[in-house]
Amino acid sequence: MPARNPQITIEQPHTTAPWRGDLLFLLESLILKDFRIRYRNMSLGLLWSLLNPLIMMAVLTFVFTKVFINPNKQFPAFVLCGIVPFNFFTIAWGSGTSSIVDNAGLVKRIPMPREIVPIAAVLSNCIHLAIQIALLLVCALLFGGTVNIQWLWLPLVWFLEIVFVCGLALMTASINVYVRDTRYVVESINTVMFWLVPIFYGFEAIPRRFVEFYQFNPVAALVLCLRNILLHALPPPTATILKLTAVAFVTLALGALVFRKGKNAFYEQI
Amino acid sequence: MPMVTFEHVSKHFNRHGGQMLIRDRLRHLLRPEPRELFWALRDVSFSVDRGESLAIVGQNGAGKSTLLNLATQLCLPSEGTVRIDGSVAALLELGAGFHPDLTGAENLRINAALLGLTRQQVKQRFDSIVEFAGIGDFIDEPLRTYSSGMRMRLAFSVAVNVDPDILIIDEILGVGDQEFFGKCFERIMEFRRAGKALLCVSHGLNSLEVLCDRALWLEHGCVRRTGPVRQVLQAYGEFSSTPATAAAT
Repeated sequence: MPARNPQITIEQPHTTAPWRGDLLFLLESLILKDFRIRYRNMSLGLLWSLLNPLIMMAVLTFVFTKVFINPNKQFPAFVLCGIVPFNFFTIAWGSGTSSIVDNAGLVKRIPMPREIVPIAAVLSNCIHLAIQIALLLVCALLFGGTVNIQWLWLPLVWFLEIVFVCGLALMTASINVYVRDTRYVVESINTVMFWLVPIFYGFEAIPRRFVEFYQFNPVAALVLCLRNILLHALPPPTATILKLTAVAFVTLALGALVFRKGKNAFYEQI
Repeated sequence: MPMVTFEHVSKHFNRHGGQMLIRDRLRHLLRPEPRELFWALRDVSFSVDRGESLAIVGQNGAGKSTLLNLATQLCLPSEGTVRIDGSVAALLELGAGFHPDLTGAENLRINAALLGLTRQQVKQRFDSIVEFAGIGDFIDEPLRTYSSGMRMRLAFSVAVNVDPDILIIDEILGVGDQEFFGKCFERIMEFRRAGKALLCVSHGLNSLEVLCDRALWLEHGCVRRTGPVRQVLQAYGEFSSTPATAAAT
């Protein structure tokens, strides 16, 4: 055996046979798996998806119309336009972040495109999200909104939001493998975000010089779009859509890049 | 061209690697200590051709599993080159990704998707997988109600129905009853006749001798001996039955 200096690592071309499976089928299987595991052992099943936003809506409505007097008659629908995107964002990003470490058994044992793990974790929250969006639409109609042509914007703005969260999740899932505190940092950011996203206050209340900053926050942008569409039958501002699109795809590209850098050493780190 | 080629492959791990919190990272940044390396494999070279099968033997911690993980491309070599030409199905740990709350059928589909089967293929092969596993009506019961033998049968059935070019097996032939063992054995022999490559780790030397034509004996990460299966296994058998080494294992 030749003596080798452990400090020197010889980089040599390494051919990797591509994974030949069915990516969409795998994604669907993993999403369904997450979803089934989460709901199989809940006797009330999907009702839990509705209960949490309804309770939040009731509490926030009480505090911000009765404790702090607010004449806004639409307040419950107004606040729900903030709660639903915020809930999705925090849960999807959180579960995406810990997905690689949580699925160590898969990542260490089965050769597959590892990107699929955080993406499936984010997307498995979408079934939950769909129910909450339905609740939001019903609520908007109850509080004076009407079905209008602007509703056609809804799929686009939600799609952009999901792209954004996938990007963030790829990034933090990879970093979380190397520094295990990452998930706690994510949790803290989510707590702060509750105040920095206009959930219980409107965009009008934000001082003008900070508005620009808010528009680059995709969660805040989504809240603005939802209120325009659902409560005022207005199209989302073009500038907001453009910024949301840019931020979403830049985040996804960045996330994919960070993940690609990190994934080769997942095996050694988990 | 060989289907599996290892050229001067070495693999090391950090002795204190693994879980790191921010304070560990910071401490390391401020006071860089020389990393202590653990060499799992050192300068291993071999190749496996179409239709060939290689047995890998060695004591616990000799580097057998690391070698299989490299061949499965779950990790990259620290030095040297690993070349794989063809699709790989690895039975490294039976039922990786199985979830106890899901039914056998649901786990079967997920596992098959992970191993690379398409939706169409799963639909076509579903019945034959269930039949091979021989678990009958239990397929619609949650996995937590399965015995470990049944779980193993299900996992093995999925894996052998993936139809890979290269099959990698890590110490799994020891589980299961005699009848199922016979079925698996027959299936693996079919693989070999179909011209596929096989990499096999086991402590069951008798079955290795029938399944494989060549063997590689690893000791502390290095190749101690390689050659025709009978000779290598005989030497290894004599080595591990001597009292000094028997005490070490």
